[in-house]
Amino acid sequence: MGLAQKILSIKAGRHVQPGEIIVIRPDMIFAHDTTAPLAIQAVKQLGERVADPTRVIFFVDHVVPPSNIDAATLQKVLRSFANKHGIKVVADGVCHQIIAERFAKPGMVIVGGDSHTCTAGALGAFATGMGSTDIAIAMSIGKIWLRVPESYGITLEGTLLPGVSAKDIALKVCAVVGDEGANYMALEYHGLAEKMALADKLTLTNLAIEMGAKTGLVGEGSECAETLSLDVSDLEPLVAVPHKPSNARPVQEVEDVPIDQVVIGTCTNGRIEDLRLAATILEGRRTQARTVIIPASRTVLLQAVSEGLIETFVECGAFVCPPGCGPCLGRHMGVLAPGETCLSTSNRNYTGRMGDPTSEIYLASPATAAATAVRGRITDPRRFM
Amino acid sequence: VRIWKFGDNVNTDQITPGRYNLTVDSEKLARCAFIEIRPDFCAAVKKGDLIIAGRNFGCGSSRETAPLALKASGIEAIIANSFARIFYRNAVNLGLPVFVSQGIPEAAQDGDTGEIDLNNFTLKIGGKIHDLPKPPQFVVDIIRSGGIIDYLKSGGTLG
Repeated sequence: MGLAQKILSIKAGRHVQPGEIIVIRPDMIFAHDTTAPLAIQAVKQLGERVADPTRVIFFVDHVVPPSNIDAATLQKVLRSFANKHGIKVVADGVCHQIIAERFAKPGMVIVGGDSHTCTAGALGAFATGMGSTDIAIAMSIGKIWLRVPESYGITLEGTLLPGVSAKDIALKVCAVVGDEGANYMALEYHGLAEKMALADKLTLTNLAIEMGAKTGLVGEGSECAETLSLDVSDLEPLVAVPHKPSNARPVQEVEDVPIDQVVIGTCTNGRIEDLRLAATILEGRRTQARTVIIPASRTVLLQAVSEGLIETFVECGAFVCPPGCGPCLGRHMGVLAPGETCLSTSNRNYTGRMGDPTSEIYLASPATAAATAVRGRITDPRRFM
Repeated sequence: VRIWKFGDNVNTDQITPGRYNLTVDSEKLARCAFIEIRPDFCAAVKKGDLIIAGRNFGCGSSRETAPLALKASGIEAIIANSFARIFYRNAVNLGLPVFVSQGIPEAAQDGDTGEIDLNNFTLKIGGKIHDLPKPPQFVVDIIRSGGIIDYLKSGGTLG
């Protein structure tokens, strides 16, 4: 039985089969400042009932603090509905990071109004992203329909070379599996992935949606509809070039491409381990690109303060921004001008995502991002190791 | 009605870019549909028009503003080689008909005139009639109710 199938079978109280449609009660239902307002509208159409407010959480992370009146208004709508119905509001960082820190537990079923909900699968939960109306239905009647996904098993073998990280593995897997190679499936990581630190597992599962997967999981599984074995021993630092996450190239192939902005943070790579790695390269140096560093949560930020990492970032010329999604989706704190280039540790390099449609986004690991910030050009992080 | 042809991997950031979708007003959203990658779309799209696309239509962000904007812009149905999972669900939930077809996207050109019959699941392009693969009955019921909210309110059940 695949990992997703196993979790859903326990939740459904019977043996469920891939392809089967089941109706289940999620343990956690969430939305955030850009998806909650539409969900609230739909809940109102369904009679403004919240089945179990203790299972619902609203995060304020996408445009925080609000950058303009429209953003502020949506957040006001969110807070007012939450107060009325006794729903918890959390504004302590990116939803997926907070879920990993405080809420996700093995065996839970989590549905979220955000495509990267799949991230929580690193902790053994079945977590999947949905649109606002589905979230509204889950909030209103406490149940949701799901198609039990087939599993796509990825077995990682070997050991990583210095300077290569989970992000490079995730980009490699994206390139091999393809943009929709895991559509409707649960992407399961086995082997080396099971022994990785939680921060690395979260990076792997975070990118599952970029292959169309319903969720990403790490753990021991069996009976996968598709399988892939990947020896990571000779993997090099990778960069996904514009405009798809699946466009991975070895960093040497794009070295010296001029970069105007570097972003280190987001639900993909804004954890303390990522910041520590970036700091080892940035310490005592000056950034040549506009560099935006965003700890993924208040907990990460406080830890970074106590370890002196924030001091390093400020001294090197970076902008340290409050925990949240930041410029990843192009709304604030580092929007790109026409023709500008950005190298980011986030998960999407779609045309215009971070600013003007003629701007270009490259995706890479925190180490590659920090090395690139120092030179203002795409740089192999191994130059600094 | 006009056919608007798109290629593979159209993502929801392209349909409703992050800087334009800070609203739940469907009319405002309709005015920003494809505003950056294809500004002629929101300027000229008419009620009843169709979108025909390649693989993985609607990939990326779960933002429901994307299908909402397309529906509010007047799009009657979307036919693609394949859809990203979340977009497909969102479109059905909003009562926007979506069809997975191998053949129709290859036969349609941008600017072609088409005629869709959602009762008989056919699409006529330039005199040739194509069958639209009928979605599962559950999906048809939701679409015919005008979306999952109305489907549930009129006694429909999940799954």
